[in-house]
Amino acid sequence: MDNWALLSLLIWLPIVGGIAVLMAGDHWCRPMALVVSIVTFVVSLPLWIGFDAATAAMQFEEKRLWIQTFGIHYHLGIDGLSMPLILLNTFITMIIVIAGWEVIQKKPAQYMAAFLIMEGIINGVFAAQDAMLFYVFFEAMLIPMFIVIGVWGGANRVYATIKFFLYTFLGSVFMLISLIYLYNQGGSFAITDMHHMKIGMTAQILIFLSFLLAFGVKVPMWPVHTWLPDAHVEAPTGGSIILAAIMLKIGGYGFLRFSLPIVPDASEELTWLIMLMSLTAIVYIGFIALVQQDMKKLVAYSSIAHMGFVTMGFFLMFAIHKNTGSYDGSVLAMQGGMVQMVSHGFISGAMFLSIGVLYDRMHTREISAYGGVANRMPIFAGFFVLFAMANSGLPGTSGFVGEFMVILASFKASFWIAFLAATTLIVGAAYSLWLVKRTIFGGVANDEVALLQDVNKREFFMLAVLAFFVLLLGLWPDPLTHVMGVSIEHLINHASQSKLPN
Amino acid sequence: MELIYLLIPLSPLIGAIIAGLFGSKIGRKGAHTVTILGVAISCILSFVVLKHIVFDGNTYNENLYTWSAVKGISFHVGFMIDNLTAMMMVVVTFVSLMVHVYTMGYMSDDEHNWPKDSQAGFNSYQRFFSYISLFTFSMLMLVMSNNFMQLFFGWEAVGLVSYLLIGFWSTRDTAIYANMKAFLVNRVGDFGFLLGIAAVLMYFGSMDYQEVFDKAPALADSKINIIGSTEWSLMTVTCILLFVGAMGKSAQVPLHVWLPDSMEGPTPISALIHAATMVTAGIFMVARMSPLYELSTTALSFVLVIGAITAFFMGLIGIVQNDIKKVVAYSTLSQLGYMTVALGAGAYGAAVFHLMTHAFFKALLFLAAGSVIIAMHHEQDIRKMGGLKKYMPITYWTSLIGSLALIGFPGFAGFFSKDLIIEAVHMSDVPGATFAYWMVLLGVFVTAFYSFRMFFLVFHGEERMDEHTKSHLHESPWVVTVPLVALAIPAVFAGYLLDPMVVGDFFKGAIAGVGVEGSLVSEMKATYHGVFGFITHGLMMPPFWLAMGGLVSAWFIYMRRPEIATWFYKRFRWLHTLLDNKYFVDDFNQKFFASGAVSLGKVLWKAGDRILIDGLLVNGSAWLVNKVSGTVRRIQTGYMYHYAFSMIVGVLAFISWIIYRTSAS
Repeated sequence: MDNWALLSLLIWLPIVGGIAVLMAGDHWCRPMALVVSIVTFVVSLPLWIGFDAATAAMQFEEKRLWIQTFGIHYHLGIDGLSMPLILLNTFITMIIVIAGWEVIQKKPAQYMAAFLIMEGIINGVFAAQDAMLFYVFFEAMLIPMFIVIGVWGGANRVYATIKFFLYTFLGSVFMLISLIYLYNQGGSFAITDMHHMKIGMTAQILIFLSFLLAFGVKVPMWPVHTWLPDAHVEAPTGGSIILAAIMLKIGGYGFLRFSLPIVPDASEELTWLIMLMSLTAIVYIGFIALVQQDMKKLVAYSSIAHMGFVTMGFFLMFAIHKNTGSYDGSVLAMQGGMVQMVSHGFISGAMFLSIGVLYDRMHTREISAYGGVANRMPIFAGFFVLFAMANSGLPGTSGFVGEFMVILASFKASFWIAFLAATTLIVGAAYSLWLVKRTIFGGVANDEVALLQDVNKREFFMLAVLAFFVLLLGLWPDPLTHVMGVSIEHLINHASQSKLPN
Repeated sequence: MELIYLLIPLSPLIGAIIAGLFGSKIGRKGAHTVTILGVAISCILSFVVLKHIVFDGNTYNENLYTWSAVKGISFHVGFMIDNLTAMMMVVVTFVSLMVHVYTMGYMSDDEHNWPKDSQAGFNSYQRFFSYISLFTFSMLMLVMSNNFMQLFFGWEAVGLVSYLLIGFWSTRDTAIYANMKAFLVNRVGDFGFLLGIAAVLMYFGSMDYQEVFDKAPALADSKINIIGSTEWSLMTVTCILLFVGAMGKSAQVPLHVWLPDSMEGPTPISALIHAATMVTAGIFMVARMSPLYELSTTALSFVLVIGAITAFFMGLIGIVQNDIKKVVAYSTLSQLGYMTVALGAGAYGAAVFHLMTHAFFKALLFLAAGSVIIAMHHEQDIRKMGGLKKYMPITYWTSLIGSLALIGFPGFAGFFSKDLIIEAVHMSDVPGATFAYWMVLLGVFVTAFYSFRMFFLVFHGEERMDEHTKSHLHESPWVVTVPLVALAIPAVFAGYLLDPMVVGDFFKGAIAGVGVEGSLVSEMKATYHGVFGFITHGLMMPPFWLAMGGLVSAWFIYMRRPEIATWFYKRFRWLHTLLDNKYFVDDFNQKFFASGAVSLGKVLWKAGDRILIDGLLVNGSAWLVNKVSGTVRRIQTGYMYHYAFSMIVGVLAFISWIIYRTSAS
């Protein structure tokens, strides 16, 4: 399997395809982009089928020397942590291409190309096993996103793009310094080599903080989250979907690939900080979501709250160890965080897509401009209620699985962590259902609503596919937890060993 | 048998999916045929299971599939079928079947309930059938579960369907307010419930009922620290947390506020969900967990007191209600309080027995109320009714049976179960039992009073409706009256199951047989001389005379001397205000929790995100940079790409420097 270079294909096929779409021009861009995204998705399926869930070692590896002087390799590989995210990415990109089909009339070829290129780069982020390669992809990803918001964005897009760019760039610059430091100390940019380096505590803390800045901004964690609502509000629907469904996950993934295994002692030392930031995200941001007047802002804030469960689940292992003296329950917590990432990809994608459906018709996202949408769009209303319920973590939907696992595990760390985390049950339902009540239910609010048309076939198809996955993952998460299991156990074993030099 | 167990929840689910997704293709007839068929299969098979489990003495506890297996902890979907489950399955599917049939009549002219210009009501008839079948599936998953995860799934799924059905007429503002309120208040309960489940998983190491129960005795004296170093009993904490969930679902004070509002939903679901089945899920859950509750007297005491407060004070509100459905709703609250009291007293069997009898007579009362509402053209105010007896004989007689069963008239179902509860509380030595005893005893008078106040105002006395309504008054069609009669039968006779169910060892193995439960059973056995002996004994006991007192007072005040009610109203204005405003709990919640949360959100957003983070830190640093760079303004072009470019150049320079240093050293 290895010599098929599947991972390379997954990176370069959409990038080359994107360039081809760009050249083909506006007339042919849509079907071409669709073909490229479908082929990429199909190519990504063997990763799932051929994946060996019994090992935590890298699979589908490819390794070539890239820059000899610094020992930088073009080194790709996946394990149970990255494989599901790659599939999520190839899947969501298909949805985005379809979502932009009729909606994007301004420079559609460039729009499609931007997303395809972004798909390839993000696959690179998840597959890179060399820190420098990772960094290159990590930064390169900003460029198409920057263009997407800047060109197809709303009125205030300039402020949003600058804020987005500077925020994320600031974080990653510090990460670069850390990576160079690690290279200086260990003489290798290979991530696995970094995993086995002995590092002193002071250095660990500094490295941890730099990673925290880089990945915390991406997740985003409170208090470095304020770029996200602005970026979402200004981004076109496709931009919001990729941002929420995939880009935020890169932050979470970074914690698993870099922070925990490279600086476990600092992670343990600063677990309180992560818990504080995560719980603030869950509680504080939940209340903020409640009072938003703009639908996209509401969902953006709810994304931050949901991602709080991800970071919390990842770092609970140390809190559990501190409280009980063993790591039992850590796997559940980390699994919960991972499932939450994948699930949030589907649900937030679906929420932003739904808002896009409304925006395309009404050209406003103000909640007060809506009311009684169900009277005109009953099918859409059904989907919207489903996704809102998933957003509030209803069992049977994917939104439940991750939160459930993390809350259960957090009880082992501390009653109060579990208590605060579980408030999402109330607050999450409050903002989701209040949104539904104000937009979907009730009598026809005004003349604009009275003219609404229900979803067309294209929109129905996308919503139905997302609904299918939201329910599937909720009713049967085992296939997903199964592929991640061994990698997560391995990571916890690794991170529970001190790396301080003797 | 496994196939049968699987078919019982799945056949309503399949019906729900077909009616829900293909409603426009199969039409009304197709929708009600397929869903009724599904529930009928489920009901018949439930009786088969009842025979198999109860009479042939089998039990079943198997996992069906692995939901998710994480190192050391696996989550399954599976069934645990014993006598308790089998009984619940029969109750749920039987009432559900009756409600399905009844719905054909009640919803037949549903298009009148939607505004002309709305398409939200499209296929509403099919959708309604889909929802109630989906509810039946969820409720069956809840009661048949063999583990906490699936219990929680069923628990929330019935909540979802309840949400969809309360807000079924989604163009009505009151309905969509009520359904959100119901969901959120239930979520407050689920908040505790989930923490309880987390406690179970973390301290018992399993989600499986049987494993947890097996480990419980060994953990009976475990302590956990919650605040500082104060030690709390693990059992007490776990049981109270789980009970908070039951308080939400079974509408116990102070989480009762959603149930009266839920009457915004169509009447069939008030009968099925908000009287007979879903709201009793909390009672069922505590009975199911009885091996845990038995280990904590503190938790039982908590349960007892909450139940007692609910039983009496919610009944009082029932007296001042004028909406026919609201009266029945408050009576449901009060009766749920009775069940909770029984649980708190440790008489789980009595609680479940009352759950069963209540399911029949309360579903009957709601459906009868619905029949009246149809006849009255959706008028629900009992002050505008009266004398309906001669127009609606079947509804009249079945309502009478239901009311007599509710007040515990000797020989009717409620008599046996309610007397049993009062006896149990009387014998109980759980702290708070004396208080609870007086509450449930006085509650009997209150129950009889409000029930017959409504009964007389609706069916007897002068006809207060307008001429137009009066000219159209007639008995409801057979699809409505047949379920009434079918429910009236168990409303009378279910009580006679006292013999096998409580005196016998029906719940042995399913419910912890120690504590009061044990002594109650042994005392019952000692003094028990058949059902009729129980009735004659009951005639000499205070509950009977209190019930009679309530009935006669209602008759005297509302039929003979209405001026007494007026006098009372004037003399005790404050009491009326207090009751009419439901002890101001709703107002408090609205002002404190709802508005409070919104205000808090606004403050956090404006002060935290906008001023502090964005204003001070983000834009502030931008401002600072701007100021500092004032001197080098000439090279500041203001173009984004220039800035980005200089950043990249900077980073490159930095890297070069480091590399230079590295290679130099």
